[in-house]
Amino acid sequence: MSTRCHVATRKGLFTLDRGASGWSIGQVAFVGDNCTLVMHDARSGDLIAALNHGHFGIKMHRSKDGGANWSEIATPQYPAKPADYTPKAAPLEGKASDWSLKLVWALAPGGVDESGVVWCGTLPGGLFRSEDGGDSWSLNRPLWDDPLREEWFGGGADYPGIHSVCVDPRDARHVTVGVSCGGVWTTRNGGETWQLGGRGMRAEFMPPERAFEPNAQDPHLVAQCPANPDVLWVQHHNGIFKSTNAATSWTEISDVKPSTFGFAVAVHPHDADTAWFIPAVKDEKRYPMDGQVVVNRTRDGGETFETLTEGLPQSHAYDLVYRHALDVDETGDRLAFGSTTGSLWLSENGGGSWQTLAAHLPPIYAVRFEKARL
Amino acid sequence: MATLRFTQNIQRHVACPTREVEGGTLADVLEGYFRVHEQARGYVLDDQGKLRQHMTAFINGSQMRDRDQLSDPVPPDAVVDLVQALSGG
Repeated sequence: MSTRCHVATRKGLFTLDRGASGWSIGQVAFVGDNCTLVMHDARSGDLIAALNHGHFGIKMHRSKDGGANWSEIATPQYPAKPADYTPKAAPLEGKASDWSLKLVWALAPGGVDESGVVWCGTLPGGLFRSEDGGDSWSLNRPLWDDPLREEWFGGGADYPGIHSVCVDPRDARHVTVGVSCGGVWTTRNGGETWQLGGRGMRAEFMPPERAFEPNAQDPHLVAQCPANPDVLWVQHHNGIFKSTNAATSWTEISDVKPSTFGFAVAVHPHDADTAWFIPAVKDEKRYPMDGQVVVNRTRDGGETFETLTEGLPQSHAYDLVYRHALDVDETGDRLAFGSTTGSLWLSENGGGSWQTLAAHLPPIYAVRFEKARL
Repeated sequence: MATLRFTQNIQRHVACPTREVEGGTLADVLEGYFRVHEQARGYVLDDQGKLRQHMTAFINGSQMRDRDQLSDPVPPDAVVDLVQALSGG
């Protein structure tokens, strides 16, 4: 059971530890700086943090001692655009994406048999891979060069981006990525070739005749069940979707109260039928319905949902939870999520009840448990 | 040789001491500096070699003009200041 949780925020990286008397903030790193994402690598124990310094660009740092000390590592770098190449304009923006890093939006360790491999999803639309724990990165050209990639478009952001990277525990060459907006893509050969697999996903924001177009989908987050990796859950821009065939096709789950809109989703590591969502008013308003922060949990594969409220604020709470700001530990018992207004909640009973760990943190972008080393 | 000075705000990320650098254009001067201080490059230029959006240079007190090619001439003994827009929250 995890006893450490990292919280990436607009003003630094906060680490919470569970001691004898409960959870408390221990280490604070990069205080004042915009820490947009953090990853714990259970294989090596390394931590990688993404920072956005604004004027000075995006930088990556790594700690090899649990966060006590950090060193700058390489940042993913887009290749130079060929001089004779005119990129296609994205359908909604009406202009092509820059070939330049705008945001680190996903970080995921490779397989247990791939020491040093780390995947990194970026805006605009890039998937990078490191084979040396972040000392160097290379852009996955097969996905970048796919003509359909130029049809991706931004969903809320000015550029499309890759926010989810799911590495199959059975076979690390099987990787599934989620794109806003560009659907769900899968490789079975470590990134040499990619398949677009979003049959059944529905994009309400598209013209009706294009609503089911896989490449136009806006999955806000893709979560894969480690014990049953063919099952994936998606919190999509217009609803909840589930696949039981490794992202080939999807079933929409509707009529979930108070809302099927949201950004975050977590799936139980041992039980593919159990997943958690944090609903919000769709879609341009984005706040908890009636000012009540709730967690929706299904334990029967989406047939029914419970709305969990114990310990969560039930009046005048306007906390939005971003896509990477919910996590579940390796047991499925401990969950934590953080909000745009700096609140952080944790459950030790699968979401049945919650405790407030912090109420005044900076806006929270990502919450990541430090899970047991493999 | 031109003297290249950096905003104080960058120094907490990467040391950018004032140096004298050879070069007839802003691009030459920056390249000469980054050859010695490679780690500073990514803080000033983006991954396509463009000056970062919210940074600019003054050459003898006059703001640079060519953000694309950094072709602004740098007279001998000029003072070049790399500064940032002050924004954010």
